[in-house]
Amino acid sequence: MATHAGLAHHFDDIEQQREAGTLGMWAFLVTEVMFFGGLFLAYILYRSKYPTEFAVASNSLNVTMGFINTLVLICSSLTMALAVYFSQIGNRRLITVFLLLTMVLGTTFLVVKGFEYHEKYVEHHVPVRFPTYEFKWEPHGSDHAGAHEASSLAVDTGRVEMFFWLYFAMTGVHALHMIIGLGILTTLVIMTRRGRFTPEYHSPVELSGLYWHFVDIVWIFLFPLLYLIGAHLHR
Amino acid sequence: METAAEVVPPRTHYVNAKYGVKSWLLTTDHKRIALLYLASVTFFFFVGGFFAVLIRLELLTPQGDLVQAETYNRLFTMHGVVMIFFFLIPAIPAVLGNFLVPLMVGAKDLAFPRINLLSWYIYTLGATFTVIAILLGGVDTGWTFYTPYSSTYSNGNVILTGLGVFIVGFSSILTGLNFIVTIHTMRAPGLTWFRLPLFIWSHYATSLIMILGTPVIAVTILLLALERLAHIGIFDPALGGDPVLFQHLFWFYSHPAVYIMVLPAMGVISELVANMTRKNIFGYKFVAFASIAIAVFGFLVWGHHMFVSTQSVYAGMVFSILSYAVAIPSAVKVFNWTATLYKGSISYNTPMLYAFGFIGFFIIGGMTGLFLAALGVDIHVHDTYFVVAHFHYIMVGGTIMGYLGGLHYWWPKISGRMYPEGWARFAALVIFVGFNLTFFPQFLLGYMGMPRRYYAYPEEFQVLNVMSSAGASILGIGYLIPMIYLIWSMRYGPHASANPWGAFGLEWRTSSPPPTQNFEKTPVVTWEAYEFHPREEREALGVMDVLDRTLRPDLNVGDRG
Amino acid sequence: MREHIVSPKVYFAVFTALAVLTVVTWSVAKLDLGFLNVVVALTIAVIKATLVVLYFMHVRWSSRLTWVFVCTGFFWLAIMVALTLSDYLTRGWLTIAP
Repeated sequence: MATHAGLAHHFDDIEQQREAGTLGMWAFLVTEVMFFGGLFLAYILYRSKYPTEFAVASNSLNVTMGFINTLVLICSSLTMALAVYFSQIGNRRLITVFLLLTMVLGTTFLVVKGFEYHEKYVEHHVPVRFPTYEFKWEPHGSDHAGAHEASSLAVDTGRVEMFFWLYFAMTGVHALHMIIGLGILTTLVIMTRRGRFTPEYHSPVELSGLYWHFVDIVWIFLFPLLYLIGAHLHR
Repeated sequence: METAAEVVPPRTHYVNAKYGVKSWLLTTDHKRIALLYLASVTFFFFVGGFFAVLIRLELLTPQGDLVQAETYNRLFTMHGVVMIFFFLIPAIPAVLGNFLVPLMVGAKDLAFPRINLLSWYIYTLGATFTVIAILLGGVDTGWTFYTPYSSTYSNGNVILTGLGVFIVGFSSILTGLNFIVTIHTMRAPGLTWFRLPLFIWSHYATSLIMILGTPVIAVTILLLALERLAHIGIFDPALGGDPVLFQHLFWFYSHPAVYIMVLPAMGVISELVANMTRKNIFGYKFVAFASIAIAVFGFLVWGHHMFVSTQSVYAGMVFSILSYAVAIPSAVKVFNWTATLYKGSISYNTPMLYAFGFIGFFIIGGMTGLFLAALGVDIHVHDTYFVVAHFHYIMVGGTIMGYLGGLHYWWPKISGRMYPEGWARFAALVIFVGFNLTFFPQFLLGYMGMPRRYYAYPEEFQVLNVMSSAGASILGIGYLIPMIYLIWSMRYGPHASANPWGAFGLEWRTSSPPPTQNFEKTPVVTWEAYEFHPREEREALGVMDVLDRTLRPDLNVGDRG
Repeated sequence: MREHIVSPKVYFAVFTALAVLTVVTWSVAKLDLGFLNVVVALTIAVIKATLVVLYFMHVRWSSRLTWVFVCTGFFWLAIMVALTLSDYLTRGWLTIAP
């Protein structure tokens, strides 16, 4: 096999390099599964301990924004997969187009998240205790139809606060991973513009795609587990 | 075998290939990175040892008179944190593993050389935060950081120390990732899984644990930091949280972590026993699978640290039974090493002395682990010096002896020089004596009820404590001696040939020290892992010893000795 | 393993499935099904995740070793959850005899 421009000196051929890269990225994603897993474990425990409070607290989240964000991320996975496809067939222009589209969608996600966080901040639902800001829970005002039903359930503020720290921890760590993903995509766009990728060598795009899809999968679980717990209380 | 006068060292090798600080700090050569790690872990060994000295000095007298109670808490905490995260966990994998894994599989480097270098920088960053934490007074929670003390009440630098540990965890993850991918994808032609040295099997198993366990301690420290900073209530009972959740998350990693510490040492012992008795390891496949079994089972037993924590008794029973199960593969290894010795041609040189030490101490440490795994006994000895003695027998009597044995065995390969055998054997004996004197009395102390992490104790325990402290000073001297002669040998030791031990393993098929690219020509493996044959049997069977190069010169690829 | 190039049509089909399943999740969540709410929500999430893993992440055409890595990750998470729950769910089952 002829020496290829993208072949590193310690590999025998590009095929070995590709397989090594894929396994390496999957090994890393396994560590991410265990990392997020710790948070999911805490979630499982506290939700099973305080089901009522979790349902009620979940209702105060903006489900519409959560739903939009879920669709945005799924779209971004599609555009990322297409970027990988075009890197496999070597269409430099379209690689860039779809990488940029993915970044736009990713940024949209973060902007919507920002609005959500702001909403929570204003409602005093951020579970911290500082001299200037404290968590406060009262049942929702008139903009939710189920407010009366929700407020008739006896809830312990501390337990409601438990939901909110999990919400912020899990979505916060997820958002951090999104930001890192955007950084990676920026690097990929630069590399594409410089003509670094060919149909024979484009593994950075593929491997970054794996990372991006993983971050999407985490959100696929976060959406129902955080936003939809108490949705049935509306009816 | 050539005499010292005949050995001609290779003209160019990985050490003199390039000069300058930049060529070392920006290297991607796994052998140089191994040496960077060697420097770092040795430094932290002495930092951790310094804390140990102060602890043992304090414990010479029954009263707390050397330091204040608060200070003593910080001493044993920092001793634990430094020794575990900055010495024991990285030592064998990052020094010997980094150096040897590519050589043993016949590759030119690890799968991801730049990530390898990154892992050392990440280690250094984590180490820096920890050193800063130490200089600012350290932390007093115990290395286990139990909540709610660590999350709510402690005045120490919990978050700073936690940050150091969090960061260094990623160094571990990247090392494990590199090993797994390398072993899967970069083995030389003909090197099937069951022809691999057992050192590789052990490091593969260790890497599994690094990948699957370390992220959990990362998220645990993150949660602890959030709790401490923002009082969110995860571990605070007053706010609806459960402090025991911290223990579950903490021990889910920290128990497998002890297997990260011991499995690589077991890999070293397998190499030493096979090569120093010139016999194939008895039951090679059993030993290989036992490594994997230890890694897997090691994840199922963490609750045995929590028998008295309000964990449910039912869960306690499950964890207790599983803890007995995890001892089985370890026992298989010990039996197989011992069976290998039978009718072997044993060389009683320094590496072998360390191997004997390991096997003996590991038996004691392992068996006392079974005492602790029994629910009833543990109630009595939990949080006493019995536990302290148990884990020091494994970590110091086990891992450190494995580390020293490996360091001596592969020293000629790493440095191209032989260490002085006389001094080395002497040091090994000093360490053996010092170790026993330090830690055996602690079993007795613990059984008699002396609690751990206390700086004062009843009068009647003083004799044993003084023995332990005396042993510690002997042990310290024992550790200093190799430091001196190993450094001395780098300049003045006799040059080593490619295979001074006549051992098996691809690393012995290239020069000492190896060239940067490891092999002149990629080896093609057609022999089993430890294919030793006694001369008579060889002649009778007409089988040739792979090492008999006059008969099979084609099998000695890249040998320059 | 030679690289397998997946047609964009497959990606669009998977995307449509994911979008539909998201709508389904949301709609079903509004019904009160008792404990089944969680079961349905998680089942749909697992199906969506599986689609992403198999098609977007190419695991369907990857080596068996890759499959092993993927399954191991999730299996290990299951171990952590199951054994921890074995503590929490059984507290109070066994009491010390008076």
